[in-house]
Amino acid sequence: MMSVSCKTGYMNGYRFLIRFGLILTVLTLAANARAAKISDLESIEFGEQLVRFFSMEDELLRTVLLGSLCLGLCCGLLGSFIVVRKLSLVGDALSHAVLPGVAIGFIVAGHKDPLAIFIGAIVAGLAGTVLVNLIKSTTHIKEDSSLGMVLAGFYGLGIVLITMVQKASIGNKAGLDKFLFGQVAALSSKEVTIMAVITVLSLVVIGLFYKQFLVGSFDAAYSKALGIPAQFFHYLLMLLLAFAVVISLQAVGAVLVSAMLIIPASSAYLLTDRMHRMLILSCLFGMGSGAMGAFFSFLGPNLPTGPLMVIAASTVFAASFFLSPKHGLVSRWLRFRDRTRRIRNENTVKAIYHVREKNYFEGEGVDIDALAARLKETRKATLLRVKFLTDANLGDVKEVDGNKNIFLNPEGWLMACTVVRNHRLWELYLTNEAEFEADHVHEDAEKIEHMLGEETVRQLERLLDFPRKDPHGKLIPSLADLQRTLTHSPRKNEPSGYRMPHS
Amino acid sequence: MNIFQNIPPFDFHEVFVMPWTEFGDVFIWIFVMGFLVTAACGMLGSFIVWRQMALVGDAISHSVLPGIVVAFLLTQSRGTLPMFFGALVAGILTTTLIEFIHTKSRVKTDAALGIVFTTLFAIGVVLISMYGENVDLDTDCVLYGEIEYVSQDLTVSLFGLFDVPVQVARMGAVAFCVMLLIVFFYKQLLVSSFDPGLARSIGINPAIVHHGLMLLLSITVVSAFEAVGAILVIAMLIFPATTASMLSDRMPIILGLTVVISAISSLLGVHLALWLDVSTAGAMSVVVSTLFGLAWMFSPNRGLLVLAMRR
Repeated sequence: MMSVSCKTGYMNGYRFLIRFGLILTVLTLAANARAAKISDLESIEFGEQLVRFFSMEDELLRTVLLGSLCLGLCCGLLGSFIVVRKLSLVGDALSHAVLPGVAIGFIVAGHKDPLAIFIGAIVAGLAGTVLVNLIKSTTHIKEDSSLGMVLAGFYGLGIVLITMVQKASIGNKAGLDKFLFGQVAALSSKEVTIMAVITVLSLVVIGLFYKQFLVGSFDAAYSKALGIPAQFFHYLLMLLLAFAVVISLQAVGAVLVSAMLIIPASSAYLLTDRMHRMLILSCLFGMGSGAMGAFFSFLGPNLPTGPLMVIAASTVFAASFFLSPKHGLVSRWLRFRDRTRRIRNENTVKAIYHVREKNYFEGEGVDIDALAARLKETRKATLLRVKFLTDANLGDVKEVDGNKNIFLNPEGWLMACTVVRNHRLWELYLTNEAEFEADHVHEDAEKIEHMLGEETVRQLERLLDFPRKDPHGKLIPSLADLQRTLTHSPRKNEPSGYRMPHS
Repeated sequence: MNIFQNIPPFDFHEVFVMPWTEFGDVFIWIFVMGFLVTAACGMLGSFIVWRQMALVGDAISHSVLPGIVVAFLLTQSRGTLPMFFGALVAGILTTTLIEFIHTKSRVKTDAALGIVFTTLFAIGVVLISMYGENVDLDTDCVLYGEIEYVSQDLTVSLFGLFDVPVQVARMGAVAFCVMLLIVFFYKQLLVSSFDPGLARSIGINPAIVHHGLMLLLSITVVSAFEAVGAILVIAMLIFPATTASMLSDRMPIILGLTVVISAISSLLGVHLALWLDVSTAGAMSVVVSTLFGLAWMFSPNRGLLVLAMRR
């Protein structure tokens, strides 16, 4: 059932991808808007804003949305690689390290020229990553400290330069502080064009060298054996990352860029084990968060887009953290609960088997008191156990001669035989093959009996040459017995017709 | 446009002498505040860096923002106490959440850290912009800090001898506490940082030491944050410790060195900021990173120069 829901989610993912692709194309064709602030639109009603958002007639809105989508796509794509490479905080260091480059680009160009700032930022960012690697390779200092040093050192320098710029009398310096917190609404069409170009570039590079990036991320030794220049691809990834950070900087600000890199990728990481699915999901989450950020900041008069994007992304992360079918907290807890219940029921039916075995399988029901004595617990505890058993439809409780008796139905009896067989086979395996003493094997078998799969059991049987008795001389229910319990039960839902093994 | 046109001419008298002779009462407090922040962070940082938790300080310093905003919205005052507790709660929440995410899922520690602090920071920024009119909080202040205004603060009289600005007195108390705690629990900190197994065998619970250190880190970061701003706290946490560890292998010497480095960097930082007319906190972190660069190059036993000569 879980795999089914996973599959449909995947299908929806493809549909979404197509839809986003369409929107992206339409927007690219129509992206020549002027820079303005969304907060100019204060006076308009909430409902009208909604209509305006979905009618997509506003050019400013289209620019903002296109920018957000590019950002989400680009960050989601590259973020996946840095998350699986355990480089999550490199994005954080990079986004702070580019700041002096931004300031120098501004100073050199004399005004807020996107290209100069872009080049300055890329150079500073790459210098930062090189420095991290240099510190790591030439000193005893660990990666986290060297990342922190580059982050803080470059950022301090950046702040010094920016305060210098702000005090100096240079032309239009408005918007330089946007690099700290970001303002999607202030994006110009030129900047959005750069964003789109970088996004396409990252897609193409990752697409072309997917195998190299994949192998390099997971198995350094194998990648070396294949002759892939790991260093080259590391720096290629860093270069793309620097590009992504720089284009995102104006939209979400230095502090939150790393969020857009890490959070969608981590959400995807919790949902799948396959890299290509993780990439697709991560890009979708990134674009979704981008669009949500743009949407919500459009609704209110004074709402920042970047932080809202991050909050949208974190909501997705929280959802997959709790609800992911395989790795989610809730689903893991449910699985754990199911397993505890199953083990408890297996122990109960096993005890019922033992009681019946002691009576040479005479009579079908087992007296509750006898069962309680066998389990060495109170009658009350046993009644509770038996109730779990009847709730799971493995047996019924009936009054026989004024005593409460438990009757297993065919499924319950099958379960009992399986568990006993697993237990005894394992005991035999330990004594015969692993040369344990016969009185040391019970504890181990108590644990393994709940976990042995059919395949392992077949192997054990072959290995032990289809044994009939365990080390303590008790009979082992064989596969044939198990099958007979199912096929020979005359009335399916009534407790009746159980034979002893090998009868 | 040339970058050098922006640098004012260097005048020794104006930069190094005048501040002390003409504006001594302002300058001494900026310097003392810088020194206290750097020293408290530096001493704590020595342990943080060894435990590879360097970026936790960064995370805490970012996520105090929503704590401060929520505290302000709840109490409607800019009083120090509510702010401090709001920030402290946010700091503790950060470390708890990081641990929760990374123990309860397969997300790695560094990714969990990145997720938690950015989310909290984003919430803080959104809250500020939603209640922007009412909140007298400045996001710039959060990042840069406002150490320059430290002496404009109210003053308290200390032992009837000096008039000390409140902020400086508070930071002094925190730095003093950090020092005392490190001296008292030196053995526990040292052993659990270097050998958790040994620590457990001699009856020290590494988990308690870890949480205590996290609490102390939160308190220090929150108090330092007002002066040097969120991002530069991390410079003060990491740089003195790594610089000292380039120069020595002995923990007591490293701790002593971090204090010396703190003094040098805050003194030179104040003067650099005055000369270039830039953010003091930024200048201090430039100085402290330059000091690290020097130690990296010229350290007598593991500097790049020595390594190159040996080869």
